[in-house]
Amino acid sequence: MAPLIALEDVAKTYRMGDVEVRALRGVSLAIEKGEFVAIMGQSGSGKSTLMNVIGCLDRPTAGRYWLDGLEVSALSRDQLAGIRNRTLGFVFQSFNLLSRTSALENVELPLLYAGLARQQRHAQARVALERVGLGDRMDHTPSQLSGGQQQRVAIARALVNGPRVILADEPTGNLDSRTSVEVMALFQELGRGGITVVLVTHEADVATYAGRVVVLKDGRLQSDRRQNPAPAVVPPGEEAA
Amino acid sequence: MRNKLRSFLTTLGMIFGVGAVIATVAIGEGARSAVEAAFASMGTNLLVVLPGTTTSGGARGGSGTQPTLTWDDLKAIRSELPSVRYAVAVLRSGSQVLSEDANWTTQVQGTEPDFFEIRNWPMLLGTRFTQSDVDAGTKVVVLGATVADKLFGPNANPVGQLVRIRNIPFQVVAVAGRKGQSPFGQDYDDAVFIPLTTYMAKVQGGLQKFIAGQILITGVTAARAETDVTALLRDRHNLRGGDDDFSIRNLAEVASAQEESSRTVSLLLAIVAGVSLLVGGIGIMNIMLVSVTERTREIGTRMAIGARGMDILMQFLVEAVTLATLGGLLGIAFGVLTARWMTSLFHWPVLFRADVILVSVVFSALVGVVFGLYPAQKASRLDPIEALRFE
Ligand SMILES: Nc1ncnc2c1ncn2[C@@H]1O[C@H](COP(=O)(O)OP(=O)(O)OP(=O)(O)O)[C@@H](O)[C@H]1O
Ligand SMILES: [Mg+2]
Repeated sequence: MAPLIALEDVAKTYRMGDVEVRALRGVSLAIEKGEFVAIMGQSGSGKSTLMNVIGCLDRPTAGRYWLDGLEVSALSRDQLAGIRNRTLGFVFQSFNLLSRTSALENVELPLLYAGLARQQRHAQARVALERVGLGDRMDHTPSQLSGGQQQRVAIARALVNGPRVILADEPTGNLDSRTSVEVMALFQELGRGGITVVLVTHEADVATYAGRVVVLKDGRLQSDRRQNPAPAVVPPGEEAA
Repeated sequence: MRNKLRSFLTTLGMIFGVGAVIATVAIGEGARSAVEAAFASMGTNLLVVLPGTTTSGGARGGSGTQPTLTWDDLKAIRSELPSVRYAVAVLRSGSQVLSEDANWTTQVQGTEPDFFEIRNWPMLLGTRFTQSDVDAGTKVVVLGATVADKLFGPNANPVGQLVRIRNIPFQVVAVAGRKGQSPFGQDYDDAVFIPLTTYMAKVQGGLQKFIAGQILITGVTAARAETDVTALLRDRHNLRGGDDDFSIRNLAEVASAQEESSRTVSLLLAIVAGVSLLVGGIGIMNIMLVSVTERTREIGTRMAIGARGMDILMQFLVEAVTLATLGGLLGIAFGVLTARWMTSLFHWPVLFRADVILVSVVFSALVGVVFGLYPAQKASRLDPIEALRFE
């Protein structure tokens, strides 16, 4: 069976006036359905650039990219938007929730763009929020939620449409270590449910929860190894916020 | 939408613009309908033929001073011109009119029954005099409503009573319906009407060759009748190349001149409205551009979770239209209040027209579309990554 994500010699060059920045210099990578991959590397090594390409937010300058058997580079802007809506889910470092908008409405947003009716949006968003353990916080706005809770709302938003891949660029970057473990536990659970998770992280201990670690250096793959993921267990103690 | 005060300030242009238009249109329409009503009460397709020229001053004197119109002229106008529906002479002079216990100085007018047709003037009480009264020269009178009030008191029925004019008793046969003021402020109801022949015999003092008054004409159309009457009179008076020795006032022309000037005012208004909507629209475009910039990250996020360009475009367009329409609605409220306030201050008549208000709402929404389009397009064309990275 073809891999879910297949990159073939992907390159990305940014041009700023006379200066060329070669963020990716030929990356080939295949990720199977249900894998949990951590992408690591020094700052500026091209991690975010790679994520943007995988996330259909950016087009590579060279190379080819298949997502779920579909050659993505050939698609129009609106078609890419459709793929982001149905096949992919994004989790950002700074959560990127709409302020002054309830958790429920934030989670409903992808369903709105998918063209679902109001009733169905409500029902599905409710299920997604319950899945991340926020069934009792649906009417809260982001400013009324802790960082960990906000990130869980964002994860609910990413998975509400039943995506095949969840992409997270430093999802724990703004969280303390305890909350980070909670979020990682959530990702591991999604992985067991058959969703592919790709996340970028700086932190080695975050990467231990993944089943595969890919390291980038200067826009190239430096290493790619599989490992036994450590179980993300929240240390006993007070109940997390 | 996020900042109420800012949204309100943004729509001030719309509010003042639409408000000014609503208020001025209401005042203009009020004035126009008042003038229209006044002209309609004078009679439609009405011509007034006066002896003498319109060249006022100089050796000839003003119109009405020289007797040039003859009774034969009147007969010819009646019998020879199919474009003339009615034509009557009206002779008038000031006189005292006395009842049992009151007297009042008013205008005594000698005329024929068609006069009431020309003026479209129904009776309030009784029946007006007839052609046989004119033929026989009977001493009967139709009182104007004001005169009836002065001589017999309001709400009295003077029909059948006697009044004295120049010491001659006249029997009241009717009270004319109330007409109010002319467009020039004269009280139509302050007059009494007697048969033409009676007037000539008892008030004027004998028959004359010339008509010492004016001829009122209702044409089939005023313009046609004016041309025909002019040609006929010039021919009968052997004027050939000379100036007219009579003048014709066409009240439809006066009325249309009034309308012309109100059309000019309307055009000015439309320009004011256009400019203020432009200013209001630029305000809205400005705030929408600010909003797009402020919410760049939000736009990026929305795109990342699947919003297409069209979704973003519609979001900002709806916002601009809502803002503009809200401004328009507030403007309408502001305009209505201003017009009301003017009325209570200066007693101007105002008329609010539903179509004007509807058009204002539609135009406000349109301003939202037109001026919201560019910012919305700008938002929809953002690159998702750059938008997400925007601080
Ligand atoms: N829009 C852009 N224009 C120009 N250069 C860019 C742009 N985006 C990224 N780069 C450059 O590409 C290289 C890779 O950037 P990228 O954001 O992928 O790094 P990263 O691995 O995510 O780093 P970090 O860990 O700091 O987030 C960097 O040198 C960066 O300066
Ligand atoms: Mg990065």
